[in-house]
Amino acid sequence: MNGLLILIPVALILGSAGLVAFLWAMGNGQFDDPDGAAVRILIDDDGGDDGRIG
Amino acid sequence: MTTHMPVTRLATETKGLEDTRFSVPGIRCAGCIAKLENGIGTIPGVAAARVNFTAKQLAVSHDARIDDRGLISEIGKLGFEAQPLAANPLGQDGEERKRLTRALGVSAFGMMNIMLLSVAIWSGAVGVTREMFELISALIAVPVVAYSGRPFFASAAMALRYRHTNMDVPISIGVLLATGMSLFETLKGGRDAYFEGAVMLLFFLLAGRVLDAMMRDRARAGIEALLRQQAPGAMVLDAGGATQWKNATDLCPGDRILVAAGENFAADGMVEQGHSQCDLSLINGESAPQKCDIGDVVLAGAINLSAPVIVRVTAAGSNTVIADIARLMDEAGQSRSRYVRIADRAAKLYAPAVHALAALAFTGWMIAGAGWHQSLTIATAVLIITCPCALGLAVPVSQVVAAAALMKRGILVKDGSALERFAEIDRALFDKTGTLTLGRMTPLNLDALSAEQCSVALALAQASRHPISRALHHALAARGISPASVEAVVEEKGAGVHGIWQNMPVSLGRPGGALHGAEAATRLSIGEARVDIRLSDSLRPDAAAAIARLDALGVPASIISGDRKEAVDEVAAALGLGARAHALPQDKISEIRALQAEGHKVLMVGDGLNDGPALAAATASMAPSSATDMGQQAADAVFTGDSLLAVPVMLSAARRTMTVVRQNFALAIGYNILAVPLALAGMVTPLVAAIAMSTSSVLVVANALRLTSAAR
Repeated sequence: MNGLLILIPVALILGSAGLVAFLWAMGNGQFDDPDGAAVRILIDDDGGDDGRIG
Repeated sequence: MTTHMPVTRLATETKGLEDTRFSVPGIRCAGCIAKLENGIGTIPGVAAARVNFTAKQLAVSHDARIDDRGLISEIGKLGFEAQPLAANPLGQDGEERKRLTRALGVSAFGMMNIMLLSVAIWSGAVGVTREMFELISALIAVPVVAYSGRPFFASAAMALRYRHTNMDVPISIGVLLATGMSLFETLKGGRDAYFEGAVMLLFFLLAGRVLDAMMRDRARAGIEALLRQQAPGAMVLDAGGATQWKNATDLCPGDRILVAAGENFAADGMVEQGHSQCDLSLINGESAPQKCDIGDVVLAGAINLSAPVIVRVTAAGSNTVIADIARLMDEAGQSRSRYVRIADRAAKLYAPAVHALAALAFTGWMIAGAGWHQSLTIATAVLIITCPCALGLAVPVSQVVAAAALMKRGILVKDGSALERFAEIDRALFDKTGTLTLGRMTPLNLDALSAEQCSVALALAQASRHPISRALHHALAARGISPASVEAVVEEKGAGVHGIWQNMPVSLGRPGGALHGAEAATRLSIGEARVDIRLSDSLRPDAAAAIARLDALGVPASIISGDRKEAVDEVAAALGLGARAHALPQDKISEIRALQAEGHKVLMVGDGLNDGPALAAATASMAPSSATDMGQQAADAVFTGDSLLAVPVMLSAARRTMTVVRQNFALAIGYNILAVPLALAGMVTPLVAAIAMSTSSVLVVANALRLTSAAR
């Protein structure tokens, strides 16, 4: 019973943290360009040769 | 909203910056993103540039030193075509989706936490623990229902105010009654609390609504990216000969405007200076270019083809022929808004049945002497178990899956109601120019030319802006031919282009011999050798196959065009269709109305301004992506690419979708038929309700996923 008194608030706080994170991400435009996020990783933006082999 | 213009965030620190969004359909890869963002972002006066790859848009935050036109030319230098977009045309629709997604997030949070507590109760929590768990459930559920239920409550209230019913009425009554009953039970320390049922119902239904909204937004963004800018204004010449840019809405009769070759006329007017040809195909379906000399009348929306002209404006803004067509289109569109969607038609039968059943359960148990409290609990259980959870998901999930499959095939469907209307079609009307045909000249006999002739023709054609030259340039470049090095290339108005190649005079000019039908031709001369290259606005590839497939679907087609009879008859004969020529926009509408009066559901496929009213009046309509903005906005679906097979694919996909929707209805109702007797007998516990509800939803979603292959 005492365990519940701690665990239930913990569960609720974690849940609401997730909800707040979701709402923030949406307001922040994180879901506006899902396909773009997938291809942006391929941009070689520094133009340097640090990844080159040989 | 900042989210449509990602750069706003970056720009807020500095004052005096403007945000402009451009549609850049050519963005295809990570390289394009890097090229655009680095190329545009480093121009003086630009604070930030950000590409939205999904929407194929570029948002630029810039100061007054650089304007839209400057930015477009900079984007052009990087090798992309761009069109400025209006301030935020999608704002409202995007807002709707966001509101629903937020509600979905909140209900997901509530559902998970309440479920956590409910599982403990179902597994046998007793005494103080159980009471506390139910109290916490109530504390979570009440605000969650109040927040996440708003879209349903608002829509139900609206429907009731106008004395309609829709799906939202039984949903709202069920959710509110269940929450109210459970709250009462909890406070009284009773046994049956349906909080998890109420919140789960909202979660599933919101998932359906969010999918629906996403489908609409995606298609709309796709269509927006296709829209070309349409005569937004013109260069106005003042008395001193200086020019000044004016928006189309600010033009007044009497203004003299300078229209360059390749531009649209922004207003109706009369040619004062210059000789040119104009393309009216988008206005009246006429495929051959019209001559416009001094004194000739030109119409807004026509394209000036060969040479710059000066036009005195006779009518502008809302007095132009285009504006008349727009008004006709608005009126024609009224009938479509009266279409009742399948979910609402189902609700019309379903809601009274469910409510009668619940009332029956209540009175039945009262008569049996069960006491009002138990009777009310059982009536609530009936409402919860019959609440159209699966019904609410059945339609949107099927339509979203089908629309996604169609989008992959290059067909953008604007909303779910369009899919429902497409499924009913039993008659098709096609416009000719630009719909059955490609709407652009293509050379017919390029194969007869030697490689040398091709490369000389390309070198000459690319030096001219004449429509025939441009068509030839386009076709030859598409074949991967590289131009020969022709020197001293000169274009002579009305005579053609000539130059010197390997010390021989070469030219592209007027053809010898007569032309027939809608054909055009040009004569290529190299030294003494001459060859005529014939061009015509050819049929779309697989137009005949598409018509045959439509026939197989039981949808006979015919042609209704504004073009000349000979031109229409040629196409009609090639496809074996009935045809009507010289049709005005009003004629197209009355033809559709006449067919509808006979009980037919008519599909209109068209592209021009003159098709706009017919597209709006038809039961369902489609337009190619080469259509005018007005055509694309009026149509229910837009297809990209040259193939006309998109039309039968769309029809059969819509029919398959509706089959799946009906199966889903049957699944949902079948489950109700099984569960309702249990509920009536008072044997449904919150656990049974929760299991039944989620199983039926999963079944419906799984069935809808079969539609991923619908667009074949």
